[in-house]
Amino acid sequence: MRRIRRTAGLGLLFALTATGAAAAPRGDINEADRLRVQAVTKATTDFSKAEPYETMQGGAGTVDKLVNADIFSHPAANLDFEGRQEFLVGNGLFRKDWVSSPSSTQASDGLGPLFNARSCQACHVKDGRGSLPNLGTTGKMDSVGLLIRLALPPSADAARAAVSADADAAKWLPDPVYGEQLQPFAVSGLPAEGRVHIDYTEVPVALNGGETVVLLEPAYRVLDLGYGPMHPDVVMSPRLAPPMPGLGLLEAIHENDILDNAARAKPDGVKGRPNWARSPSTGETVLGRFNWKAGKADVMHQSSAAFSGDMGLSSPLFPSHYGDCTGKQPECLKMPHGAQPHLGEHEVPERLMKFVAFYSRNLALPKRRDIDNERVLAGKKLFYESQCIACHVPKYVTRRDAERPEHRFQLIWPYTDLLLHDMGPGLADGQTEGQAGGTEWRTPPLWGIGLTKTVNPAATWLHDGRARTLLEAILWHGGEAQAARDRVAAMTPEERADLIRFLESL
Amino acid sequence: MRKLVLAAVLAWATGGAALAAQPEPVVKHYADLALAEYQDALAGARALRDKIDALLAQPSARTLKAARDAWLAARIPYQQTEALRFGNPIVDDWEGRVNAWPLDEGMIDYVDESYGTESDVNAYYVVNVIANKELLMGGKRVDASTIDAHLLRDVLHEADGNEANVATGYHAIEFLLWGQDLNGTGPAPEGRTGTPQERHSGNRPHTDFDVKQCTGGNCARRAQYLKTATDLLVSDLEEMVGHWEESGAARKEVVRDARAGLIAMLTGMGSLSYGELAGERIKLGLMLHDPEEEHDCFSDNTHNSHFYNQIGIMNVYLGRYVRADGETLAGPSLSDLVKAKDAGLDKEMRQKLQATHDAMTAMKQRAETVETYDQMIAEGNTEGNAVVQAAIDTLVAQTRSIERVIAALELGTIELEGSDSLDKPEAVFQ
Repeated sequence: MRRIRRTAGLGLLFALTATGAAAAPRGDINEADRLRVQAVTKATTDFSKAEPYETMQGGAGTVDKLVNADIFSHPAANLDFEGRQEFLVGNGLFRKDWVSSPSSTQASDGLGPLFNARSCQACHVKDGRGSLPNLGTTGKMDSVGLLIRLALPPSADAARAAVSADADAAKWLPDPVYGEQLQPFAVSGLPAEGRVHIDYTEVPVALNGGETVVLLEPAYRVLDLGYGPMHPDVVMSPRLAPPMPGLGLLEAIHENDILDNAARAKPDGVKGRPNWARSPSTGETVLGRFNWKAGKADVMHQSSAAFSGDMGLSSPLFPSHYGDCTGKQPECLKMPHGAQPHLGEHEVPERLMKFVAFYSRNLALPKRRDIDNERVLAGKKLFYESQCIACHVPKYVTRRDAERPEHRFQLIWPYTDLLLHDMGPGLADGQTEGQAGGTEWRTPPLWGIGLTKTVNPAATWLHDGRARTLLEAILWHGGEAQAARDRVAAMTPEERADLIRFLESL
Repeated sequence: MRKLVLAAVLAWATGGAALAAQPEPVVKHYADLALAEYQDALAGARALRDKIDALLAQPSARTLKAARDAWLAARIPYQQTEALRFGNPIVDDWEGRVNAWPLDEGMIDYVDESYGTESDVNAYYVVNVIANKELLMGGKRVDASTIDAHLLRDVLHEADGNEANVATGYHAIEFLLWGQDLNGTGPAPEGRTGTPQERHSGNRPHTDFDVKQCTGGNCARRAQYLKTATDLLVSDLEEMVGHWEESGAARKEVVRDARAGLIAMLTGMGSLSYGELAGERIKLGLMLHDPEEEHDCFSDNTHNSHFYNQIGIMNVYLGRYVRADGETLAGPSLSDLVKAKDAGLDKEMRQKLQATHDAMTAMKQRAETVETYDQMIAEGNTEGNAVVQAAIDTLVAQTRSIERVIAALELGTIELEGSDSLDKPEAVFQ
């Protein structure tokens, strides 16, 4: 995949985008195509009927399968048999329970020493969202789908040094003992790092029409710390496993289309800015698209990070066999690891990572349902007119030169701008990741959101799963999204029901 | 006009079957064949149920062996039906109940210490429902005092969405009949006799089901679990037989639109060949040299499960199925249709299917005479690995021919899952 080469450094690029100038035209299509793409991706103003191809929200890869708990687990419809084979081998690895070393199965060991989960699917339940058992009940949280990122703000000295060196923003640091995230599990013979404890406060919100919605406001603590105290300044950011469908298509959206989203004039003071991430494979700085703060450049980067941080498995991009063990956990660094010289230098060699990434890129979006339904269309109109689409940008046509033919030049409907927005203090985690500040989150894609509970009945929404309903999720929106959120609160109950009906059809 | 008639007569004279081939009778016969295969799978499950009843009534080495033999026999027709998956949504929706794998056996019963008990992410990894009348699931206490269909299917199966939580189907029954195979890819333990499978597979004693001289604890609950899972298998297969009977939903779906029916047939053949079998079931295990990736891992019967998958693929193409009682069901076939279009391609397709059949036969013979499937995929077993790799290679080659068949029958190349005109990028803007 081609990347924007950035030799001029971040400062210049920020200057360019800050001027509001539109990004350069896409290089992958000619002028005639550009005009056609522009016409087809323009947000509709006609809500009397569904749009052409609207049902195929994931382009030609969209599947028309029975709607059941497997609906997020199908290979893209336009994969050929060869692609399906790669997909299924990747599926086998995605659901594989890795084991600790040493084990007789040398190619399947290397778990940990510290880990959040033994397999990918343990958190990405049925390829959908993770869930929190006992959501709303104060107490220890046994879920594996929610992990806690740990980070320390840079000291004043470090910040000054960064400024004088003209480097990126001074980096936040991991906790000196616990590293970048909390692992509540460990291989036998080693203490786990601790357990997450959540306290919930109920926050009633009155809506127009006499309705009251009670939101759950969580507060996080870590108990049973296995390695002594954490640094007192550590900031915790809870992150729930997001759904998997459509990731390859998000990767195939042209960078300039995303930068255009940033440059475009938007209502309500909505801004939106890209995150930039250093690609560990090339060392180049590229547009971040993945994870809750768009801190990861591509699917391989994100998957490799998860193998390392969540399961403690090394791979070419994250070569430590000890995952998130730090120098202050010496007993962790003494545990046996799973790399076998004759199988390659990593616990998960490159070819296995490629299968996993292929799988992750090719999970299909389900067909939309009921797109011609009167109530759905009414809800769609409200969604558009309330300016939800300022950030949840409906449509794109993917790159003609995407790496995989299945992803090329597809009309897709992810409902995201892939940009960072200030979402207000209610959702803020206070942690910085790349350019993403403590109140900023990437607009999550909405496609498939209506089938969330079909796939995992316990699943909930937002970065930490605090929203039990789609309406709760909307009501948590603040900051740049405050005006749109207030419009929803001011709707009649019937209008709100229509809006939700529309979301449920995605 | 005269020329046309002559051509038709010539065609008739040179290949009557080819001329007669029409999509409608082919898909109708496919539905008949599906019905017959599922009927045989059902009969196999009922026979298994009888033997399991006998085992539970009078546990002995003999009754346990009879039940194991019945399980092995029941797999023969069932594995052939797997070529009906992937193209038929009704089958796909149902399949997870009867043939889900791999499974975390610790959810069901006791496991060896080497299985590990470390505090784990799969909360059901060591739940052991047979030993526990109350379970802690998703933070809630669940009453498991009665082991019944509801507990297995609705509470435990895929608990928490974890696909390794397999509580029902052939592999749950297999685990209860054989127990864990603790021999990995290594040699069979000393002292066991019989075929490579009998020496190397799981070795659960019949006394695990004997309430009077119980081994492994909780024999009555284990017996109840086995009985319940077997009854469920029978009722699940009854349901699928119903879907293929005259007014059944799956039959209606394939005969309603013959073109869609042909696509379902070829999608099943191709997807089973390439993705499921060559990919997930064989390549992954061979690549990792991991016996946990073996399909029938407790009984070491994987060579047969692969072999009969291939037979099932051939059945669909050739329109020919040798029933469990030895009778042959034959009728209008995909092969006839292809022959009418391109006799050379039909020949190629048959040759490729036969080549896979031969490779699978070699694997089966090796399993029956030399070493089990999990030993074949062991690291460093060059000869065994090569036998398995040959099966992958022939499956890949046969899929290429399936793709050519799809093209020859003008069924489209990438519209296999029912996507619409967006398959053609240009159509985006029509």
